Amino acid sequence: MTETVLRTGAEKRRFNVDMRALSPFIALIVLVIAGALINPDFLTASNLLNVVTRSAFIAIIAVGATFVIAGGGLDLSVGSMAALTAGVMILTLNNMGTGDMGTLALGMLVAIGLSAACGLANGLIVTFGRIEPFIVTLGTMGIFRSLVIWLAAGGTITMRNFELRELYRPVYFGSVFGVPYPIIAFMVVAAVGALILYRTSFGRHVVALGSNEDVARYSGVPIWRVRTLTYIIQGVCVGIAVLVYVPRLGSATPTTGLLWELQAITAVVIGGTALKGGIGRIWGTVVGAVILELVANIMVLSNFVSEFLVGAVQGAIIIIAMLVQRSVHRGR
Amino acid sequence: MKATVLKFAVAAGLMAGVATGAMAQQKSVTIGVSIPAATHGWTGGVVYHAQETAKQLEKGYPGLKVVVKTSPDGASQANALDDLTSQKVDALVVLPFNSDELTNPMREIKKRGTFVTIVDRGLKDPAIQDIYVAGNNPEFGRVAAKYFVDNLKQGNVVVLRGIPTVVDEERVTNFEKALEGSGIKVLDKQYANWNRDDAFKVMQDYLAKHPKIDAVWASDDDMALGVMEAIRQAKREDIKFVLGGAGMKDMVKKVMDGDKMVPANVSYPPSMISTALGVTAAHFYTNAPMRGTYTLNAELITKDNAKNFYFPNSPF
Repeated sequence: MTETVLRTGAEKRRFNVDMRALSPFIALIVLVIAGALINPDFLTASNLLNVVTRSAFIAIIAVGATFVIAGGGLDLSVGSMAALTAGVMILTLNNMGTGDMGTLALGMLVAIGLSAACGLANGLIVTFGRIEPFIVTLGTMGIFRSLVIWLAAGGTITMRNFELRELYRPVYFGSVFGVPYPIIAFMVVAAVGALILYRTSFGRHVVALGSNEDVARYSGVPIWRVRTLTYIIQGVCVGIAVLVYVPRLGSATPTTGLLWELQAITAVVIGGTALKGGIGRIWGTVVGAVILELVANIMVLSNFVSEFLVGAVQGAIIIIAMLVQRSVHRGR
Repeated sequence: MKATVLKFAVAAGLMAGVATGAMAQQKSVTIGVSIPAATHGWTGGVVYHAQETAKQLEKGYPGLKVVVKTSPDGASQANALDDLTSQKVDALVVLPFNSDELTNPMREIKKRGTFVTIVDRGLKDPAIQDIYVAGNNPEFGRVAAKYFVDNLKQGNVVVLRGIPTVVDEERVTNFEKALEGSGIKVLDKQYANWNRDDAFKVMQDYLAKHPKIDAVWASDDDMALGVMEAIRQAKREDIKFVLGGAGMKDMVKKVMDGDKMVPANVSYPPSMISTALGVTAAHFYTNAPMRGTYTLNAELITKDNAKNFYFPNSPF
């Protein structure tokens, strides 16, 4: 009798842990079913591929945000950083002029380099300046945004070289075996992110730092290095997202990446990462980003929500999805 | 008495030498300009045209000084107005962020005898403004609707709205009103926030939802660019054209070049700030009456007249 109870107890616990990680996926499935009921066109391959492809920017940025948030930090500057990186990348491409692979590769290097540098700046100010990351990244958010407005003189930075534009375009619109490149890109980024967070000592340091900084320090975790690195990872992720973003419309405007920081943070939280740090779930984050994009898609496809109320219904769906998740792993 | 003064002035002018233009320089007028900072395409155009026109007018009217101040939001615009009035301006040309908020500050400024010109968004109390230069948002919707009625005659149209504001509301309701009784049906309308990326997404969803769309009213050129990219990706042949609006240079260029997808545009020129500046300066330098309300037409831009709307140097 006692034995049986003990055994189910252990099984229950293991099952619980699985459910926690699985719950974003369950919310996703519920949403897909809801979408299919609302409009049969929802389940067409082209619609679903569009939605997942679109979520790539936020998903990639949110993978970086998972590191920052799991480590107890926050980065509000990612949207502005993406706009600035996209602007500088396009200006570089325009000034190089020639429509060949070399130019494109250089532009990409500039983008990754700049965004990594932006991340480094955020990280160094947070660690050495000992200022709340909220304030630091709010400040850099304004700085990056103003810089892109200044570069664009309030207008639009557009890729001028037509050949280059056509050469680069497939990076967003092309596909291998029917899977669009942006989806491949964010799967790869997520896989690498998961590897780093779950399988390396650095990843464990990030989580340790997020759950209790003092304990982490006494255990010999190099606090400043780990923390700065999370911001650099965030920067590189923004750079990768920009590489996929620029070929879509070939331009950056002062409204590029507006509120992306909020979407990225929402994706991270929907995915099961704790906003206070200490838990990081990369795959959950990716699912969170897809969920956000799906909700917007379902809103447009539905016929019964007035365009004035879209925001309210969207908000309600996200809250309900979170409640469903919670009840799933509490009910067991 | 008047004659004496005139004689004296003429004499003084002759003495100083007419060639130096000393006579005209006796007049000194300062116009302050307060406009939104270049935070998106259209306001970027406003800033560009304000600065260009300021230079031209200073050249044309001796003794005229134009001070241009840009502000990123409504609150800082109120501060900028304080700064400008402390510099003793004779006139203020203002494109308000929010005309409700600015009505009281402007009333105070007016009481001190400053000449007030308001652009685009009129004040709550029209008695304050000496000159009001207005863009015509209802007309903007009607002109667009008329284009669909004349050129499409029959068919299904999807609409992309801007940011929920009075401007957007006036445009869209008048668009729909003007379509009443025609063979054109609005299949769908959604907000895309005058933003390229949002318009791209909304258009992708429209394309998934509606198997046959005849034309798109993007209602703005930034949104039109996102829409066209989505159509190109979906390789849909049923859409005959996309009508944007506001006259962005890239789009006007397409109209000029005879692009089939972009046969026309509807103007809502950021250069209306230039109109306001010109009329205000003329108030001080000519005897012609200038006070009043000027409503600019929302004009249909087609291949024939596109070159009048094309400003290659403007950022917008």
